[in-house]
Amino acid sequence: MKPTTIKGKAIVIRDENGKSIDSIDTDMIFHNKYLHITDINEMGQYAFDNLEGWEDFATRDIGEILVIGQNFGSGSSRQQAVDCFVALGVKIILGESFGAIYKRNTINAGVPLIESQGIMDETNPPIDTEDELEINLETGEINNLTKGTIISAKPMSKVQLDIYKAGNLFEYGRQL
Amino acid sequence: MAYTMIQKIIGSHSDEEPIPGSIVWMDLDIRSARDFAGASVVKNLETNYEGESQIADLAKTVFTFDCVVPANNLGYAENQQIIRDYARERDIKLYDVNAGIGSHILIDDGLAVPNSTVVGTDSHLNILGAIGSFGQGMGDQDIAFTFKAGRTWFEVPETIKVTIEGEMPDYCSPKDLTLAVVKRFGSKGALGKAVEFEGKAIDQLGLDGRITLASMVTEMGGIIGLIEPNDEVMDYCRTRSNNPDLEKVQADEGANYVDEVVIDISDLEPLISLPGHPEDVVTVRSLENQKISIDSTIIGSCTNGRWSDIKALADILEGNKIHSRVMMKVVAATREIYGKMLSEGTLQALYDAGAIVSHPGCGSCAQGQLGMIGTTEVQISTGNRNFRGKQGLGQNYLASPATAAVSSLAGYIKAVDY
Repeated sequence: MKPTTIKGKAIVIRDENGKSIDSIDTDMIFHNKYLHITDINEMGQYAFDNLEGWEDFATRDIGEILVIGQNFGSGSSRQQAVDCFVALGVKIILGESFGAIYKRNTINAGVPLIESQGIMDETNPPIDTEDELEINLETGEINNLTKGTIISAKPMSKVQLDIYKAGNLFEYGRQL
Repeated sequence: MAYTMIQKIIGSHSDEEPIPGSIVWMDLDIRSARDFAGASVVKNLETNYEGESQIADLAKTVFTFDCVVPANNLGYAENQQIIRDYARERDIKLYDVNAGIGSHILIDDGLAVPNSTVVGTDSHLNILGAIGSFGQGMGDQDIAFTFKAGRTWFEVPETIKVTIEGEMPDYCSPKDLTLAVVKRFGSKGALGKAVEFEGKAIDQLGLDGRITLASMVTEMGGIIGLIEPNDEVMDYCRTRSNNPDLEKVQADEGANYVDEVVIDISDLEPLISLPGHPEDVVTVRSLENQKISIDSTIIGSCTNGRWSDIKALADILEGNKIHSRVMMKVVAATREIYGKMLSEGTLQALYDAGAIVSHPGCGSCAQGQLGMIGTTEVQISTGNRNFRGKQGLGQNYLASPATAAVSSLAGYIKAVDY
């Protein structure tokens, strides 16, 4: 049984002024010059290598929880833009909003995704890189163990949870 | 509970209530894949469901080849063979390289009908909103799953209502109306939303004009643009699907819209998108003084490759010669339209004017079967996207078939007389 609570260290994608970087498209996440790569083990090294200020992402100690802003993953339907993070050990993606196809690809790959407005702004206690978080997928509660604060985010939907628990969409399909 | 059109369609294909923002399981009437990504769909099915039945319902599963037809490179040739072999082995319906654009075939062959749900690997499959069908483009894993399961999950979108007021001037075409809407919304104005179009000018649009309008909701970030079918569209779909009992889909009185937008087209003028950005729209007349020379025009695509588009083009070209510096490429959306060009004498008129007429398909979009331009060349396309590099590295404008026609005769960007 997959855990419905995920604990780990956060990496928060902001610019040099500490502002959330919004509308990161799939070419910034995993550039189209690498589209021929089909082995997930080779994908991690190229994650964010076309995102200004984050080109060295793959070599950092990134933790398990990727925290991003609005309209993440707009653009093409490439699955590598999700898989490159999985290859680096990311276990969950927290974001304010996502491109429609990116969101489907993440959910279908069985990667937990929490979409909740305000995660990155001042309406909530801040989350910083290296903070230790504990996230309840069923309630959406984000417990910041480092800062001792709690954010109430939107929980995952039933379908998302079902696909996650099965492993991915194809595994889930076997149960239908 | 009063529902919008998208809620009505999803609701009639699901056991769950179609509340915007909620995710529901939705039955799919048609699951399709094209030559683009179709081979990956096959690979996903074979890898994940080895030794199992991979197709839930043969009658609801179809492949359509339209992207690079016939294949003009080895990659597409191999991918098309992978799909052909898979389809033949299982007796899956395949519209091969001679058929035309998949989304149009689905309408013309009666597979997509009002109130149906259809998925495929074409990001413009939401064009089916033209007949009140919920079409949606998806990635190859998603589509492979639908072949096996016959259904998928979907987050019910909110709906924006767009009311078109006023009558369209007779020197304008549905493409001008469409570009006015895209200009109003911009590239993200309908992000993640469904759009419903209504108003007298919309009621009067024929099927071809509806297809043009619905095809560019993608360029506004929208999930789909739905149009309530009029009697003409219902008759067409009933005939084509051989189902006289087909029912119209319409929004309920009192349905809830997240936004309502009114666009008055009484003063509409012929419009054109500047290179690189479909939403960067100006009047054609505003460019006329600059006498911008053109090297190429392409008339076709899922946006403007229907019979009325070709007819509008031929009416202007008839008895005239295309300017010597312009290569005009004409690509009908389907083989049926191509056949009509032949029987109605349109092909002769295009030939006499100096046009290059190709076989049906997607044409130049996504660097497809033909029609690239060089780095400093200028083209007017009747397609829906003009991102740099998509149809060659040059400057690519988007406009109506009529604007493309008069500009092709003049040799520079020029509006129809008005």
